[in-house]
Amino acid sequence: MRYFVQRLGFLLLSLWAAITINFVLPRFMPGNPAEAMIARYQGRLSPMVLHSLEIEFGISNQPLWVQYGAYLQNLAHGNFGLSITYYPVPVIQIIANSLPWTLGLAGTATVISSVLGVVLGIIAAWRRGGKLDTVLPLITMFTTALPYQWLGLLILYVFGYLLGWFPTAHAYTATLTPSLTPPFIGNVLVHAILPASTIVITAVGGWLLGMRNNMINTLGEDYVVFAEAKGVKDRRLMFMYAARNAILPSLTGFGMALGFVVGGSVLVETIFSYPGVGYQLVAAVQNEDYPLMQGLFLIIAVSVLLANFIVEMLYGRVDPRVRRGGARA
Amino acid sequence: MVEDQPVLDVRNASIAYQTARGPVLAARDVSLTVYPHEIVGLIGESGSGKSTLAYGIMRLLKNGARLVQGEIRILGRDVYAMQKEELRAFRWLHMSMVFQSAMNALNPVLTIEDQIIDTLQSHQPQMTRREASLRARELAEMVRIDASRLSAYPHELSGGMRQRFVIAIAIALEPALVIMDEPTTALDVVVQRSILDQIREIQKVKGFSILFISHDFSLVAEFASRIAVMYAGRIVEVSASGLLDGDSLKHHPYTVGLWNAIPQLRARQLTLSGIPGSPPDIQNLPSGCAFHPRCTLADDTCRTSVPDRWSRGKSVIECHRFEVEEGATHE
Repeated sequence: MRYFVQRLGFLLLSLWAAITINFVLPRFMPGNPAEAMIARYQGRLSPMVLHSLEIEFGISNQPLWVQYGAYLQNLAHGNFGLSITYYPVPVIQIIANSLPWTLGLAGTATVISSVLGVVLGIIAAWRRGGKLDTVLPLITMFTTALPYQWLGLLILYVFGYLLGWFPTAHAYTATLTPSLTPPFIGNVLVHAILPASTIVITAVGGWLLGMRNNMINTLGEDYVVFAEAKGVKDRRLMFMYAARNAILPSLTGFGMALGFVVGGSVLVETIFSYPGVGYQLVAAVQNEDYPLMQGLFLIIAVSVLLANFIVEMLYGRVDPRVRRGGARA
Repeated sequence: MVEDQPVLDVRNASIAYQTARGPVLAARDVSLTVYPHEIVGLIGESGSGKSTLAYGIMRLLKNGARLVQGEIRILGRDVYAMQKEELRAFRWLHMSMVFQSAMNALNPVLTIEDQIIDTLQSHQPQMTRREASLRARELAEMVRIDASRLSAYPHELSGGMRQRFVIAIAIALEPALVIMDEPTTALDVVVQRSILDQIREIQKVKGFSILFISHDFSLVAEFASRIAVMYAGRIVEVSASGLLDGDSLKHHPYTVGLWNAIPQLRARQLTLSGIPGSPPDIQNLPSGCAFHPRCTLADDTCRTSVPDRWSRGKSVIECHRFEVEEGATHE
């Protein structure tokens, strides 16, 4: 319980820091969204329009702390401002529309690749020197070395374009209306297979190798030999005695990977024109869409922090030493 | 006597480690018996092969080590003739072992109770968790730890408590033989003493045999009824501990050397004599008797030929000097 409160306190503190930095940074940058808008229309807007735009974007010359207060209030109401690229769509709506796609695609792919990699790593280490252990690390060393964007393009070209087995872009066929019906869900899955495979193929090797090596170290520990001696059956020995101790570093890695899901899927979403957060981020940068960028950065920061919090909770469940005070020698 | 079927019978066992330069023998032609209710001490310097022999008896050899010759029998059954599942069920039920490193013998992510229950249920699958839990309490009591500590994780316990729980796990199934591989080496002297007293007490009640491995000669001499002395992978002497003394006419020169290295509390002179030199490299053993470079009594025979085993009274000694002794018989 103390551990939970501690971690929660840390989460809130870092959330506040992230939100504040997100407020300060754009104010250090030259120009403001209204000026950027004017530039887009190449001076065809009158000063009066500029002024009304400034009001609409919430740009004021009030003292910073007043602006900060207003900013926090806006955040609390989910008001992230208006996007320039999709003017006048609110940023919050763009995020709400793109975040589920990214979480669904990159999130699921990350979970699949880590679980698959960890389980295969456990088995490879358990049967050290066996067929599986000889073949798997070799294959995965190769797939891990593949550049992610190159593999994405290759897969897209072969399976999407040459063979035509899968669609080459978007999250679903444009003529369908999103709904929770089997045909639509099937359509979404078919669209997700290529980008998800790209992530899984390039990521699974790292998980496998990491887990295998930790597991081999753990299998040499006295408590594993002792448990084997006292007659613990293979399955329990493998998971409760060896893997549960060996998985801790992988769990840390999992937290980091989860955090990067939201921000790190830029390449895959660009290659497959997938309407997720990464795709919108690229659009925002190209259009100097500061409100959208700011909103996306905030979402990325928050998701990294939340993912870390979740993993810390998991860590506490797996390792009692974390939960109940430090290890004594 | 009929009941004198040995609990442990090691016959001419050799254990080799596979290395890049070929197999290296860590135990050579070792024979050792332990009878019911008996405590046998096994002593020797670091690297003499004591632990290797212990792991060999448990059939837990790792890192390329294997039994290359001889037989190891527990209660008459050949440990190395068993199938995998047969071995899993046999081990711990009839023989168990307390590891040298009690600190690391317990799984850090499970409570002590879970680890005891695991032991019980692995061998008695029909046992309910409730029954196992009651048995765990009994065992905690036996090693004199409050049952409330059963819900602790290993890192929450002191070294002495952890070692007591390891002992509790070792005797959980009431095996006929418990091998103790330097069970108190990592602990301070006071804790060491109280644990040894407890072990002896429990042993008296339960009547299992102990093979007690140590490099502490005085400790073993007090604790065990018979002592086996190991040097460079061979057992060079087995004697009743009551008969041990520094008499070089009755014991192996190495045993005598160890004896003279013990400080005697009531002795007038406080000079201790050590054994000159250092233990041999087992990859590159001296010719003849492996002890000859450090032996003050060595002669040409010792340098060229390996000594046989000789019985003399209640001792069995591997030394050329006992060939010519009166009353010595060839084993």
